[in-house]
Amino acid sequence: MNNSLLQYIKLYEENREAIDAGSAPVMNDLRDAAFRALDGAHLPTRSTEGFEKTSIDDMFAPDYGVNIARMNIPVDVAGTFKCDVPTISTLLGFVLNDSFHPASMLESKLPDGVMFTSLRWAQERCPELVKKYYGSIAPLSDPGVALNTLLAQDGVFIYVPRNVRVERPLQLVNIFSAPIPMLAFRRVLVVLEEGAELQLLVCDHTQDKENAYLASQVVEVVVGKGAHFEGCAIEESSAKTSRYSRMYIAQQSHSNVTFNSTTLTCGNTRNDFEIDLLGEHCETNLAGMAIGSEKMHIDNDSAINHRSPHCRSNQLFKYVLDDEATGAFEGSILVAPGAQYTEAYQSNRNVLASTQARMHCKPQLEIYNDDVKCSHGATTGQLDNDALFYMRTRGIPEQEARTMLMQAFMVDVIDTVHIPGLQERLRHLVDRRFSGSLGDCSACREK
Amino acid sequence: MSNRLLEVRDLRASVDGKEILKGVNLTVNEGEVHAIMGPNGSGKSTFSGVLAGNPAYTVTEGVAKLHGVNLLDLPPEDRSHEGLFLSFQYPVEIPGVSMVNFMRAAVNAKRKYFNEEPLSASEFLKMMRQKRAIVELDNKLASRSVNEGFSGGEKKRNEIFQMAVLEPRLAILDETDSGLDIDALRVVAGGVNKLKTDKNATIVITHYQRLLDYIRPDFVHILYKGRIVKTGGPELALELEEKGYDWIKEENE
Repeated sequence: MNNSLLQYIKLYEENREAIDAGSAPVMNDLRDAAFRALDGAHLPTRSTEGFEKTSIDDMFAPDYGVNIARMNIPVDVAGTFKCDVPTISTLLGFVLNDSFHPASMLESKLPDGVMFTSLRWAQERCPELVKKYYGSIAPLSDPGVALNTLLAQDGVFIYVPRNVRVERPLQLVNIFSAPIPMLAFRRVLVVLEEGAELQLLVCDHTQDKENAYLASQVVEVVVGKGAHFEGCAIEESSAKTSRYSRMYIAQQSHSNVTFNSTTLTCGNTRNDFEIDLLGEHCETNLAGMAIGSEKMHIDNDSAINHRSPHCRSNQLFKYVLDDEATGAFEGSILVAPGAQYTEAYQSNRNVLASTQARMHCKPQLEIYNDDVKCSHGATTGQLDNDALFYMRTRGIPEQEARTMLMQAFMVDVIDTVHIPGLQERLRHLVDRRFSGSLGDCSACREK
Repeated sequence: MSNRLLEVRDLRASVDGKEILKGVNLTVNEGEVHAIMGPNGSGKSTFSGVLAGNPAYTVTEGVAKLHGVNLLDLPPEDRSHEGLFLSFQYPVEIPGVSMVNFMRAAVNAKRKYFNEEPLSASEFLKMMRQKRAIVELDNKLASRSVNEGFSGGEKKRNEIFQMAVLEPRLAILDETDSGLDIDALRVVAGGVNKLKTDKNATIVITHYQRLLDYIRPDFVHILYKGRIVKTGGPELALELEEKGYDWIKEENE
């Protein structure tokens, strides 16, 4: 019988004190409950419903190092960051492996009362606030969450007080760089109080392409009444990087959430999104794009739960898979009893650019109500041969024409992003990705 | 003395194993306009598709040379660079690819083929402006996706605009008149006539004599059952208009 989980439980039992010592009380407080939740549990395998194409158990099976002693691993931040999002003015923080490092002067640039800091530091400053929200929406009944809660020692805390609008987007850059294979437990807690507004860009990079890395990430986003949250996550990691991310968003009434998840390069990625529309008149736009080549694997799983009347949600996920890349999308919409006048739409469209690439999609719609407007659609096909021929008759070489068509395919996903400057940047990154020059930073540095 | 531009000898081609072109012969010299007419299903569009390199067709026999270059050996993009242009009967909509990017890619690919530097942004925009004027193409269309949401007339104008930009040696206009009202037809035909020189040539594929009032052919060919069965001057088109295709069918049964 499987159980990659046992090595982590053992790790915890043997290092309980060291883990607590390197962490914060608010995080330590939940460890016992997480430990109990994992008793007899398993990480999902391909026979677990909803994980048919991605085994989390296999992902966590290798013997990775976990930096329990909180050793400082030097990372060349400037080198990684420089070429990626130079055109956007953001307030920046880094997570190097699993530790938060603010950019210089970050705190002085934040509006009054806004926090963008480590969980440990936030805990010292406002323990009650962190305690109120940490672990409040990510359930320990989920083994991925429980494992993260058991071993995460720090994380990122973003807080926007009531009616405060953060003008400049915040940017969080996650970087993997370590001399040994490493597992990082990453935890992010975002709280927007009533009427708050925030834009957040999250970038994932792997600096050292030789070592294997695994990220266990749990993100909780608490969106207060009438608050606006826009997020965009861009993964540009390596073939040896795996990622299991669970993102939970809880929306109160009249709140608005737009989230875009982009996978440009990766090894083995699984992203889960669970969004609860708890109050009336919420709006949610969830979009994602994935570009797979070689042997990359990208699995996105969304669940949007309409629990209140008069809410709208829209999902758009698009994949372009080449070579032997594999993709999966499972998206569900739940319209709970009582959530009348729900509008919920979901669209998943995919292009297979090679005969070996594979896409699996499973759209689901559960409606326990009469008065709703819902739709879902999924298509998987190839590039339009008529368009390809038309372009070639105008002299555009086949490879370039294919690149242009693949980029054009992603346009509507990119259009969902409204963080200033990011649309242009995403277009550029996608263009470079399709033309095969992504990840080659040397050209930018020479300039 | 005009030079030979296109030479097609015994061209045979099939789709899904079914032979459509059964030995087409055609010679086009510089400065000439040829019309190819024929009833539905006679192979007119297949002929243009085969010359342009549509991968849906398999050439089983024959030769097609453009100024001495064997077209059939080249991928579609190189046929374009060598001076062949096909105006589509149904121009393809390409959502997400802007006209500007599309044309820039086309122009610069051709320049690269001839070892020339890409055009600068200002040179390119200047050229676009000049060429747009030839077919009175609205500037607004330039920022839209290729053919997306264009009216029938706009699509055909856009074809001639692309032809003006690419300056082909041989242009094949496949049913350019279909879907055009009389005003649009005049503009499109006017554009074609403006682009005519004594160094290039045009093949007009059409069902109807009407277009030939605007683009005057030197030769009219009738394609029937995959072969050119009759060749004449402009009067042949008028004769067809009068008699219909039945007499051709009867002669060739």
